[in-house]
Amino acid sequence: MSVQEVLPLEGLVSEPSGSFRADHLLVAEMVKPGSKVLDVGCGDGDLLQLLETRGIDGRGIELSREGVNRCVAKGLAVVQGDADTDLVNYPDDAFDYVILSQTLQATRQPKVVLENLLRIGRRAIVSFPNFGFWRMRLQLLVGGHMPRTENLPASWYDTANIHFCTIKDFVELCDAIGVKMERAEALDLYGRPLRLRLPWWVWNLFGEQGVFLLSRGQGK
Amino acid sequence: MVGVKSVPSPAISADDRSHEVDHPSSEVARFGADQPLRLDCGIDLTPFQIAYKTYGELSADRSNAVLICHALTGDQHVANVHPVTGKSGWWDTLVGPGRPLDPAKYFIVCSNVIGGCMGSTGPASINPATGKVWGLDFPVITIPDMVRAQAMLIDRLGIDTLFAVVGGSMGGMQVLQWTAAYPKRVYSALAIACSTRHSAQNIAFHELGRQAVMADPDWHNGAYADRGIHPHRGLAVARMAAHITYLSDAALHRKFGRRMQDRELPTFSFDADFQVESYLRYQGSSFVERFDANSYLYLTRAMDYFDIAADHGGVLAKAFAGIQTRFCVVSFTSDWLFPTAESRALVHALNASSARVSFAEIETDRGHDAFLLDVPEFFDISRAFLQSAGKARGLTNKDG
Repeated sequence: MSVQEVLPLEGLVSEPSGSFRADHLLVAEMVKPGSKVLDVGCGDGDLLQLLETRGIDGRGIELSREGVNRCVAKGLAVVQGDADTDLVNYPDDAFDYVILSQTLQATRQPKVVLENLLRIGRRAIVSFPNFGFWRMRLQLLVGGHMPRTENLPASWYDTANIHFCTIKDFVELCDAIGVKMERAEALDLYGRPLRLRLPWWVWNLFGEQGVFLLSRGQGK
Repeated sequence: MVGVKSVPSPAISADDRSHEVDHPSSEVARFGADQPLRLDCGIDLTPFQIAYKTYGELSADRSNAVLICHALTGDQHVANVHPVTGKSGWWDTLVGPGRPLDPAKYFIVCSNVIGGCMGSTGPASINPATGKVWGLDFPVITIPDMVRAQAMLIDRLGIDTLFAVVGGSMGGMQVLQWTAAYPKRVYSALAIACSTRHSAQNIAFHELGRQAVMADPDWHNGAYADRGIHPHRGLAVARMAAHITYLSDAALHRKFGRRMQDRELPTFSFDADFQVESYLRYQGSSFVERFDANSYLYLTRAMDYFDIAADHGGVLAKAFAGIQTRFCVVSFTSDWLFPTAESRALVHALNASSARVSFAEIETDRGHDAFLLDVPEFFDISRAFLQSAGKARGLTNKDG
């Protein structure tokens, strides 16, 4: 499957509403109501709370103890765990969807994690910051610094993000391991989907983050 | 704890204790020959009785019942003044008006375990066959035996499904046994500072305690009751050793450091010069006033035998296969008796069973005992878990 075939899909209509983040609303719209979902790296549980308002049976894994305890104190089914080491404990097909929201770049083995997502879940939703975003490129090209943005403010020496990639890189990984991309979205700096049917390189340049709905490819 | 007297004023008499054994001041459910308790050791215990307390009212649809399982040396007096010690309930931080388990909302049941000494049948009870105290003739009991007896009590109370089963330490073991044995009868389970099996280190500590009891010349192979005596010294030593395992190095240091007890200088004797010594002696001597030595042997043994995985072909996840119960597992960072790793192993097994589970590790330096103390984060999590489960269960309630 080529990159061009996949990326330029119709953008979703998803306006920021209430207190929920735009990218969370987009992810939530990809999940069918009534399904069972695992959110890997669920942070403070905002996405899980949004999913629960839609009648979705949501579970979470979070690395930080503070995050876990805040989630549990909201009544969410969240456990302390690590995407790199703890996904192996879940059986095949345990969930309809496994979500990895803004976490892929912080895992030690993104490829193994991605494979596990699609073993545990029939579908996976992955979002990540796009290092091909023009401002990233500009900082490296002109400033000569490792890029930092509002959403990724940490310096290179204290960031948890160790495996940055571009939208193009991610699509190539999906192709390499035979993952089917059912839907792809690029979001701008404000978390709004780029609406237009644009060639993939524009997405890779102007998308601040990518959101992908994935399923198991043929022969997997 | 500072300023604790090295010698307690014993307002409690041994008579109070032995009276509670057969004639508890709480409610009692008696089970006759038609309802024996089938024990894991192969013996049918009959007749037997279970002493229990209830708080709050059972709702018309019987959906708001909560069972609290007590720890090794706890009892049914979870939220009322204790009839022997006169102290307030052992878990009145969690149970009571405005607490996460509010009797205005839930029908709360807590029973003394089989093998205990506060009114449920145990080694301190009278053996009806001989008219004498059971002593070591009492059959060895297990955590599953305790839970089987509780299930009979819950049947007797006309409750089919428990909204929640809650417990810490040995109580947490019972919670897990409930979910493994009666998954459909437990809507939600709050298992605190516990494990699915007793570790080698914990068995070792228990053996130390039992040997201390048995080394007391007043123990008489468990037949001390006939002689009107009690192996106070051995049981006190057992309690002192166990009490150290309930705390942490940091907590002991913070509470006592190397401070002296009511003196400036060492006495160059084996007196309790240090506050920590005085504190431990108090813990030991106050414990023997309310607890039976043989009961201590039986209950520690029950914990040692506990291993849920072993009952399911060695695979823990099989114990929870397909379970619909909502779990909340809580551990404490400084608990070295039931360390977080044990809770994590449980959570992994629950994940493998696709169970709905929340797991929080709470940071505290107060050791295993933290579950009984005022730890606000623990209460927040318990309250939120119960409220969320209540919402899913459709419980009508005032505050959630």
